[in-house]
Amino acid sequence: MNAINQSGWKPEMVGEGRHDVKTYTGNKALMLEEPLIFEIGNNSTTGVDLAVSPKVISRLGNLERHRDIALPGLSEPEAVRHYTRLSRQNYAIDLGFFPLGSCTMKHNPRLNEKVARMAGFADVHPMQPIETVQGALAVINELAVWLIELTGMHGVAMTPKAGAHGELCGILCIKAALEARGDKRSVILVPESAHGTNPATAAFAGFSVENIPATSEGRVDLAALKSRLGPDVAGVMITNPNTCGLFERDMKAISDAVHAAGGYVYCDGANFNAIVGRVRPGDLGIDAMHINLHKTFSTPHGGGGPGSGPVVLSEALSPFGPLPFTERHADGHFSLVEEETAGERHPHSFGRMTAFHGQMGMFTRALSYIMSHGADGLRQVAEDAVLNANYILRSLEDVLDAPFAHSGPCMHEALFSDDGMAEGFSTLDIAKGLIDEGYHPMTVYFPLVVHGAMLVEPTETESKATLDQFIGALRSVAERAKAGDPLLKSAPHHAPRRRLDETQAARKPILVWREPEQAVAAE
Amino acid sequence: MRYLPLTQTDRQAMLGFIGAKSIDDLFVDVPAEAQLDGPIHGLPNHASEMAVERHFSNLARQNMSASHHPFFLGCGAYKHHVPASVDHIIQRGEFLTAYTPYQPEIAQGTLQMLFEFQTQVARLFGCDVANASMYDGSTACWEAIGMAGRITKRTKAVLSSGLHPHYVSVAKTMAKYTGDTLDTAFPELSAETDSARLLAAIDGETSCVVVQYPDILGRIEDLSAIAAKAHEHSALLIAVVTEPVALGAIKAPGEMGADIVVGEGQSIGVGLQFGGPYVGLFACKEKFVRQMPGRLCGETVDAEGKRGFVLTLSTREQHIRREKATSNICTNSGLCALAFSVHMTLLGEKGLRGLASLNHALAVRAADRLTQIPGVELINDSFFNEFTLRLPKEARPVVRALADRKILGGVSLGRLYPGVNALENGLVVAVTEVATAEDIEAFAAALQEILA
Repeated sequence: MNAINQSGWKPEMVGEGRHDVKTYTGNKALMLEEPLIFEIGNNSTTGVDLAVSPKVISRLGNLERHRDIALPGLSEPEAVRHYTRLSRQNYAIDLGFFPLGSCTMKHNPRLNEKVARMAGFADVHPMQPIETVQGALAVINELAVWLIELTGMHGVAMTPKAGAHGELCGILCIKAALEARGDKRSVILVPESAHGTNPATAAFAGFSVENIPATSEGRVDLAALKSRLGPDVAGVMITNPNTCGLFERDMKAISDAVHAAGGYVYCDGANFNAIVGRVRPGDLGIDAMHINLHKTFSTPHGGGGPGSGPVVLSEALSPFGPLPFTERHADGHFSLVEEETAGERHPHSFGRMTAFHGQMGMFTRALSYIMSHGADGLRQVAEDAVLNANYILRSLEDVLDAPFAHSGPCMHEALFSDDGMAEGFSTLDIAKGLIDEGYHPMTVYFPLVVHGAMLVEPTETESKATLDQFIGALRSVAERAKAGDPLLKSAPHHAPRRRLDETQAARKPILVWREPEQAVAAE
Repeated sequence: MRYLPLTQTDRQAMLGFIGAKSIDDLFVDVPAEAQLDGPIHGLPNHASEMAVERHFSNLARQNMSASHHPFFLGCGAYKHHVPASVDHIIQRGEFLTAYTPYQPEIAQGTLQMLFEFQTQVARLFGCDVANASMYDGSTACWEAIGMAGRITKRTKAVLSSGLHPHYVSVAKTMAKYTGDTLDTAFPELSAETDSARLLAAIDGETSCVVVQYPDILGRIEDLSAIAAKAHEHSALLIAVVTEPVALGAIKAPGEMGADIVVGEGQSIGVGLQFGGPYVGLFACKEKFVRQMPGRLCGETVDAEGKRGFVLTLSTREQHIRREKATSNICTNSGLCALAFSVHMTLLGEKGLRGLASLNHALAVRAADRLTQIPGVELINDSFFNEFTLRLPKEARPVVRALADRKILGGVSLGRLYPGVNALENGLVVAVTEVATAEDIEAFAAALQEILA
């Protein structure tokens, strides 16, 4: 029964779609334009009510701020609407499939948000007396134990703030271990397919970086690696599973060779989601590996952080890990090893990487995720992630070039190239076409070892129906790219913005908002 | 498993399509000896939402939370009231579950917010430009020292004794590996800062001077003379702000000649969270922008000429420059930057100034009250919302005794500077808008009793 027709009114259906209709506001129904806060707020509006300050004689050292800061305020309703409107111009996992390779965009359980906001964790100061934060230290310690068990390693440094910070932690452990034995090795070997952070980290720590070639199968060339090892090589940084989505079969042999030559093995753990619960990196001879809690353990990416990158360490490297860390005593009491007690408890530490104890808010979320899954669920996570990726690989290898499809099953991500597109069409066009189809594109142009790389990581939190629809959409877009559809070249057509001019942005950077007259003056 | 949508039927159908007999066929590249035969032994299996929540509730109860007790801790992390709408906004899935805005056409929400954030930070610090945030204040401080080294091509940094000791530790750790030399000292329990030491140390080899404002003991000083001396020797002044609310009351470091201003943004919007995640603030003069670390958001136009925003100047960054990047940093602290920006927008000029004025007034009152206690002495001539007391005995056990009385009464310098006997009677007390008159009175009464 239709309530509208009951009233006797019949809608008139217009036959043709009219996409070019201009509106007075520039809005298109639910697609709402939103100005900057500097254009809608002002210095005298505020969205907070404050108590009146008691009158006191100022003790600000005669440094009172007189000039306007020029911070516009909004009342609460205006502010909520501003940010809500902005939020709707973002794609997100909550909205749809987000197969960004190497980034592990899985569902973020809301239980984790709830526990992280408990006052006992969210509203605790990092310098409170140890006796008043036993529950917080217990969370850090419990998560540490899980990470050690899941990776089969000896210890873990919890403080690194993100994956790249974790890499730095691991590399500094290697550096400290070498220094402790008076060894001046200066070279770190990194495969061509590595994340950019790997060479950047090694270079920061004062190492020179040399590339290791890959085989035609997309794996580290073991023979080439072995021939480069020697007394100047401090270690290797290897991503496993690698960025081509393949497991490094020779990982144990690589580790053994590096160890035999006196070096250490760093593993980039960005892709741990593929093997969690099925393989322990410690069994492969790894000395250090960072774990992106925001990937494998579902802490939200938040539009680009905050991340968290604890580093698991082998017995050889554990003595050099950073301060501070938690210690559990036989009576169940926790203490912190900081600079004060380090001399006695942890004398070889390379030092402190950050103020305070690391990303506590991410620890609570990750531990909640881990406990929810348990040992059995985590193993299922890896299996479903790998199954989903292989399903995508095999469903699309007839329409997209899959350079390593012959190398066997992929792990948690499927890699394609832009080989076979029409003249002038590339990966970028496919990505933008997927935006119109309602997806976030896959990772593009990474890894660098494949031309026009497209790295698709579905994760385990997607249903078969979602995968089937995505496969259909990507097939359709790939076929348009092969046929040279000009409308694909100008995609996206339906997003809040068309393609943006990045060249102009970089040539004449505008990084802050200025009043129009100031902006002219600055020209 | 409530988070896994595949059914057993789906799995069988998909394996069949792939041509695999079982899931093990997809792990053939893992050598048999490295394969686990089932769920890791000795670890618990999956748990219900209720069971997990209960576990966390039990642990949370073992902590003394700042909102439930008189609370006076600072030293780089401050308790402020965060409006309810801030947490609502950052929990919107479109912000919470988005990635780094690499596809700008469908990430304008995050990008516009970052552009607004950058502008707010630049204005607050009195600088031309700011980046899209760093991990936290301590790592931002080190990155600024590294940046000054790149600009001046010198390696000697002079650090004020008033710089947070954890920030000094982080810089020392990093400097060991980069070959920078750091000139450091412990603070003294006096109203005088060590600006004379800094002025004397600046020479033609100095890359930068690093001064915290207000400093670790809460003291505020004019940075102009240090800036002038640094510039005379072509060195840079880096100012470090761990309590940005202060800048609602006192001059911005940029106004006094600072070249780079970094800070910890935690106190606006983010909350205490036992030390993280926080948000590093990073601003500088426009001429140094190409040497900045971290992400930058810039304005541009789309193919139809509409204003839009993108990540820009990425040729500084690791994913393009690899081993030649300005930093290995890959993420920023996006969601915390959002929290900072929403809170700052709710405050606005008027709210920030009102909040700063309230903080200062309450701190003055608390300082006056606490120094009525026999033997308790205020060392500061100047302060914003944090000051240092000299107690007649070692402060650390006093802080523990206060905690036994359910009062979180400041940070002892013994905790921050273990083994430095000259500082062990120092207690750093922060007083923000959350402290009531009753809280201050309860603190004073307990302190008097403990010292008696």
